[in-house]
Amino acid sequence: MLKRLLPHPLLSVLLLLIWLLLNNTVAMGHVVLGAGLALLIPFLTVGFWPERVCVQRPWVLLKFLAVVLWDIVVANLNVAALILGSTRKLQPAFMLLELDIRSPLGVSLLANTISLTPGTVSCEVSADRRQLLIHALHVTDVEASIREMKQRYEQPLIEVLCEC
Amino acid sequence: MLDAVLAILVLVGAFFTLVGSWGLAKMPDFFMRLHGPTKATTIGVGSVLVASALYFSFNTDGVSLHEVLVTLFLFMTAPVSAHMMAKAALHLRVKQVERTRSAVVESGVVNSYDGTPFRRKE
Repeated sequence: MLKRLLPHPLLSVLLLLIWLLLNNTVAMGHVVLGAGLALLIPFLTVGFWPERVCVQRPWVLLKFLAVVLWDIVVANLNVAALILGSTRKLQPAFMLLELDIRSPLGVSLLANTISLTPGTVSCEVSADRRQLLIHALHVTDVEASIREMKQRYEQPLIEVLCEC
Repeated sequence: MLDAVLAILVLVGAFFTLVGSWGLAKMPDFFMRLHGPTKATTIGVGSVLVASALYFSFNTDGVSLHEVLVTLFLFMTAPVSAHMMAKAALHLRVKQVERTRSAVVESGVVNSYDGTPFRRKE
């Protein structure tokens, strides 16, 4: 019963938070209105969210977020330097990452993270969701770079996301 | 003091956005062009948003946090649009610079475009 009325608790919390941020306030009226919307929207759109996702080990998630934010800053400096430097020295490459993560949400989160961080853009996911094709602006050691991505981003995502 | 911090943040933001656009113009092929605007601009927009949050928090009553949302939406949409453009470019077999190394495919599962970015393992 509760599962039917509240299909995605996390989504509800997120929606309430976004509503309050949108209105830039924590006034009681908006909390009530936001809570109403946060209950109603997941209920009405349940068909679009077939997966139920739970987050376990919140500290791993926080650490992952911190690592990603840090990497984004570093990525920006790196890419800025690469852009300002000589284009001829750049060694672009396509790389294939064998995915260990299985949940569709996990794959899309990983692809998003890879696009946001150092000189890499995810280009394509294979139809069976087992391989991710990535384009790198400048990479010298493809193997090492793939290993780093797997260990830095995929591992924590596997640990954090679980079905429930 | 606050003004100085704000000025620095806005200038840093402007600089990185400029570098991102410069990369878009300068890089030799489509895939490399994608990198400039998707990354060098996140820190650019980011620091402008921090400046905005600081300014409105100090100059109006209450804190201003809806800049966080702009960041969130940016982080959700920028990679997705980059992904879609890259995917479209793969399908259209957009030219790449000669020295681009291709990925090695063993099974040929992803190998659906006659091999432009892929090389079968012999």
